[in-house]
Amino acid sequence: MASTDSEIAYTQEERKKMEQQLASLTSVTFDVDLYGGGSDTRFEGYERSIAVNEDDDVVQDAGESEVARKLASYTAPKSVMKEMPRGGGEDDGGDMGGFKKPQKIIDREDDYRRRRLNRMISPDRNDAFAMGDKTPDVSVRTYADVMKEEALKREKEDTLREIAKKKKEMEEEEKEKGKGGERGSRGDAAVAPSQKRRNRWDQNQELEGGEKKAKTVSSSSDWDMPDSTPGIGRWDATPTPGRVADATPSISRRNRWDETPTPGRVADADATPAAGGVTPGVTPAGMTWDATPKLAGMATPTPKRQRSRWDETPAAMGSATPMPGATPAAAYTPGVTPVGGVDMATPTPGAINLRGAITPEQYNLLRWEKDIEERNRPLTDEELDGMFPQEGYKILDPPASYVPIRTPARKLLATPTPLGTPLYQIPEENRGQQFDVPKEAPGGLPFMKPEDYQYFGALLNEDEEENLTPDEQKERKIMKLLLKVKNGTPPQRKTALRQLTDKAREFGAGPLFNRILPLLMQPTLEDQERHLLVKVIDRVLYKLDELVRPFVHKILVVIEPLLIDEDYYARVEGREIISNLSKAAGLATMIAAMRPDIDNIDEYVRNTTARAFSVVASALGIPALLPFLKAVCQSKKSWQARHTGIKIVQQIAILIGCAVLPHLRSLVEIIEHGLNDENQKVRTITALSLAALAEASAPYGIESFDSVLKPLWKGIRSHRGKVLAAFLKAIGFIIPLMDAIYASYYTKEVMFILIREFQSPDEEMKKIVLKVVKQCVSTEGVEPDYIRSDILPEFFRNFWVRRMALDRRNYKQLVETTVEIANKVGVADIVGRIVEDLKDESEPYRRMVMETIEKVVANLGASDIDARLEELLIDGILYAFQEQTSDDANVMLNGFGAVVNSLGQRVKPYLPQICGTIKWRLNNKSAKVRQQAADLISRIAVVMTQCHEEQLMGHLGVVLYEYLGEEYPEVLGSILGALKAIVNVIGMTKMTPPIKDLLPRLTPILKNRHEKVQENCIDLVGRIADRGAEFVPAREWMRICFELLEMLKAHKKGIRRATVNTFGYIAKAIGPQDVLATLLNNLKVQERQNRVCTTVAIAIVAETCSPFTVLPALMNEYRVPELNVQNGVLKSLSFLFEYIGEMGKDYIYAVTPLLEDALMDRDLVHRQTAASAVKHMALGVAGLGCEDALVHLLNYVWPNIFETSPHVINAVTEAIEGMRVALGPALVLNYCLQGLFHPARKVREVYWKIYNSLYIGAQDALVAAYPILEDEENNIFRRPELAMFI
Amino acid sequence: MQASDRFNINSQLEHLQAKHVGTGHADLNRFEWAVNIQRDSYASYVGHYPILAYFAIAENESIVRERYNFMQVCNSCNPNHDG
Repeated sequence: MASTDSEIAYTQEERKKMEQQLASLTSVTFDVDLYGGGSDTRFEGYERSIAVNEDDDVVQDAGESEVARKLASYTAPKSVMKEMPRGGGEDDGGDMGGFKKPQKIIDREDDYRRRRLNRMISPDRNDAFAMGDKTPDVSVRTYADVMKEEALKREKEDTLREIAKKKKEMEEEEKEKGKGGERGSRGDAAVAPSQKRRNRWDQNQELEGGEKKAKTVSSSSDWDMPDSTPGIGRWDATPTPGRVADATPSISRRNRWDETPTPGRVADADATPAAGGVTPGVTPAGMTWDATPKLAGMATPTPKRQRSRWDETPAAMGSATPMPGATPAAAYTPGVTPVGGVDMATPTPGAINLRGAITPEQYNLLRWEKDIEERNRPLTDEELDGMFPQEGYKILDPPASYVPIRTPARKLLATPTPLGTPLYQIPEENRGQQFDVPKEAPGGLPFMKPEDYQYFGALLNEDEEENLTPDEQKERKIMKLLLKVKNGTPPQRKTALRQLTDKAREFGAGPLFNRILPLLMQPTLEDQERHLLVKVIDRVLYKLDELVRPFVHKILVVIEPLLIDEDYYARVEGREIISNLSKAAGLATMIAAMRPDIDNIDEYVRNTTARAFSVVASALGIPALLPFLKAVCQSKKSWQARHTGIKIVQQIAILIGCAVLPHLRSLVEIIEHGLNDENQKVRTITALSLAALAEASAPYGIESFDSVLKPLWKGIRSHRGKVLAAFLKAIGFIIPLMDAIYASYYTKEVMFILIREFQSPDEEMKKIVLKVVKQCVSTEGVEPDYIRSDILPEFFRNFWVRRMALDRRNYKQLVETTVEIANKVGVADIVGRIVEDLKDESEPYRRMVMETIEKVVANLGASDIDARLEELLIDGILYAFQEQTSDDANVMLNGFGAVVNSLGQRVKPYLPQICGTIKWRLNNKSAKVRQQAADLISRIAVVMTQCHEEQLMGHLGVVLYEYLGEEYPEVLGSILGALKAIVNVIGMTKMTPPIKDLLPRLTPILKNRHEKVQENCIDLVGRIADRGAEFVPAREWMRICFELLEMLKAHKKGIRRATVNTFGYIAKAIGPQDVLATLLNNLKVQERQNRVCTTVAIAIVAETCSPFTVLPALMNEYRVPELNVQNGVLKSLSFLFEYIGEMGKDYIYAVTPLLEDALMDRDLVHRQTAASAVKHMALGVAGLGCEDALVHLLNYVWPNIFETSPHVINAVTEAIEGMRVALGPALVLNYCLQGLFHPARKVREVYWKIYNSLYIGAQDALVAAYPILEDEENNIFRRPELAMFI
Repeated sequence: MQASDRFNINSQLEHLQAKHVGTGHADLNRFEWAVNIQRDSYASYVGHYPILAYFAIAENESIVRERYNFMQVCNSCNPNHDG
């Protein structure tokens, strides 16, 4: 016992020490060693989430494949090697099995794109059409309201900027005058808002700190709050009941005023936020707004705007009837990110939207914390008793100084996380069993992620189900369906999606969108989830049609960000939705919804709005939008409106391309005045829009640009910097549209500016200048001499410098421009200028030179290059090729190949030297170098024969042959490719090593599973089988046949095709019997792909060796009573008749009995395959006099028309179509007539389907075959003409 | 039709067929079909000059009048024709 006590004492001592250490870190109360120093790095070492699949597997796989890659030589036994993962070296390692891990959208977004989260889903708006002539209710949010708010916001922004400016000035003044004190501090307060606003955008900032700061500020005095400016107060003060809800989305900090015990509040304060508060209804756009339309009168709930709490008159509060589910949102001003505290509200979606406050990091944190909390909760006495032996332990009283840690900071976002609400907390008593078990969602709902709880949490409390109002039940139904769509399994998702679509009108637009849209704003959304939700919107839109009108803006807020997503498919999806939306809502509604955003203060909003408008234009037609655009572009009120209007034109041009042509003149007219706008940004965008228009309409439409030529050319003289760049860009796109004379004139006009700008240090300017030079040079009217004398010297001096090779985009643009110049002035000029640089010491620069030479030479050939230049060129290329350290893009290789090929026979003197280099490099230690050397052989093989260097090639062949033991598959593949190239050009007979030695060496390589090796090897083997089969004994070919069967498993189609063709060659070489036996045996294997390929191979063998050599054995095989074999035979027949076409007429009678049997078989697949064989047969023998057999077969096919399995019915329909071609439509019509008016609908349906395809296929020919109908009373059905007879 | 059939190629085929004038369906009645036949026949006569010439000889009419007469029948069969 004593020892125990001493031990305890010691431990206590230790702990005390540690506590002291901790205490010294006063500012942070959590353990820094455990949790890391800053909030950002805190989880670095942890898994942030537990992967669904076992991560270990992946790691192991990667390791294995790495080993396999290194060991992958053809000699290893299969068991050691295992099967190579598909795709081998080509796919990146992270891509497991072709499936990408789900990725959060926000993770790949930049800050600009993240600004979407700052937008807020605006309340519903008035639908002017639905209203008719009635004046809208005051409380309804109309277009006028929205516009007013926008104007107000702008005014406020201006004022704030003014104030800030003034303060700054004043401060400076004060500094000068040495005055301090009061005014300065007031200045700070006024500057603060802008700062705070910026914070809000900045999502990554440490929240905790920000929060604290916010708190301290607010606690100082409410009067300091910068946003309670009288201006705004005036607006808000209007005591309309509709304003009540203003409180909700406002940013203003929560304070004691918010907790006024109004009826609406009382319920919430204690209510589980998860239950009601969590519902998406809480968004400012939420159902509150729908339920009481009066509330919709609330003014701009955008983040910019902060509302004074004075707006909420208690009376008004009272009128906000407590609606279950919705109210909590109204109560908790979402602006406050809750940190600890009893009344901490669940972060409502509104809050997230407004502030972007809850970052994914925080969600992770929540998730992680929940996990840790559960694991680290205090152990109960019973548990401890269970764990420890009864002896040797003693229960101590906690030290008097002990206080449980309750500081919010310590517990981070602890207790009342959305998950931690009383609703979901697992009751104390059964805690013991619940380790790690995800909380089950009731009623077969899919698993919810922690971040889903705030949207779908309400689904979890089932017990209330009965006492819900019908509306709430509807909401709940929608939520369930959405959850299934979002997280469910594919079948669940499918049915849910269909239900949502079918019941869309029943649910109503309001409830649907109020559920869907907040989900789309969820910061942790993944690509797949977004795709699904967007799909829901699309389907729902289609059904709701004009009912969407009040929600247009809301939808746009969430869909517009898709238009600037970096993912192409997301952009397309976004366009589709907006296009459907505009078709559903109509132009007027779209304009009304988007007009206020056009001069929004936020550039992001304007940008996305412009893009959305261009989609609207393409959906509803440009003419419809023209008057509006014209008005916007001439807006006097704000430059932002003009800017956006002109940007819309630019986006239209980009989006619809050459379809702008009919409207080109009007579009140019709309924006042309922008070139002289007072605002620089407007001038810039105007020039850019003109560039886009010219690019879209090229090569037509120059006459529409007449009016802007003068301002543009005047502009380039007067502007500098960004504006100049934009003007130049516009000119660059307009010049190619001009006639030759004008082009040359205008080029000369612009050229001296361009040459001046050659020296500009601005990267953007450089790129534009290069592009414009390229465009000018490529026009017809520009003379080579002019380019040579005026442009080239400056061009090379300024641009062909090492620095240009370092930036990718510069590099590309420079190469393109130089190639374009070379097209004008010829190879010698350009290559002569840069050839020396092939020996430059900078490798990227050498690579750029090489790429340019490659492109120039490939375009223009090498005939201009004289002997001296040729020598320099080869010398430089050899130097550059040998000095390269990395060549991932194969630039050097391609350049070498291109130059050698274009020089042709002139390269002969250098070939020994080149081959020496190749041989030396083939022996290099680095695999890459060896591979490249082998690749080079395959590129220059053709030229080598042209130079009659067959001996040299033979020598290379032997060298390559010796390297067939290569262990890196990539290199081995290249070596095989090189051998193939040599065999191709020097032929089978002259090949060294002789074919009979080469092929046996290839047989084991066929076992290699690496795709590149397989592909090159099978190509080479196939080539030998095709051209030089006689050099190899038949036994070797049979051996190869067996290896080839394995190859049919290859993933790459090219390999399978080459394999199947090789079967044909081999069969031709050694006779079909043995090959066929092998193949027929292979029909018994289980694997479907293998069997399919075998059937194709059989068909090919039959085609190459004439069908009569194969058919008997094949038909005999049909007697094997095995499903797979019989189907294989039928499939072979189908392919066979497809390949042999007309030749089929000789065999049709032979196979008819077999097909009869198959068409009567019980097995569906038999009948299906036989039907497709009949189709090919019929199509092949059409018009060759086999009608008797075909009619016979049709009689067997016809009863299958009532099949329901899609594949079978498809095959049968096609067989009948084939019969239509072979037997004529009249005969098939006669088969049809019996069922067209059958009493049973099921029968009629099928017959009409056949009739319809018959009708579409051969309408005219049916005229003669229609039945004769007698007239009825007034109706004349007779067609006597065809009966006429002379 | 099964639920799975709704989106497969066969349903698309039917949709495609339905787009053509003159195709039929299970609820087509005798009159409608006969009208289709009538229209197709006369349109076909008008479209084939040799057959038009043949009819002209048999009826001892000018080819153009034959064509005009046939066109009248065609028009009366036109689905948009009211009367």
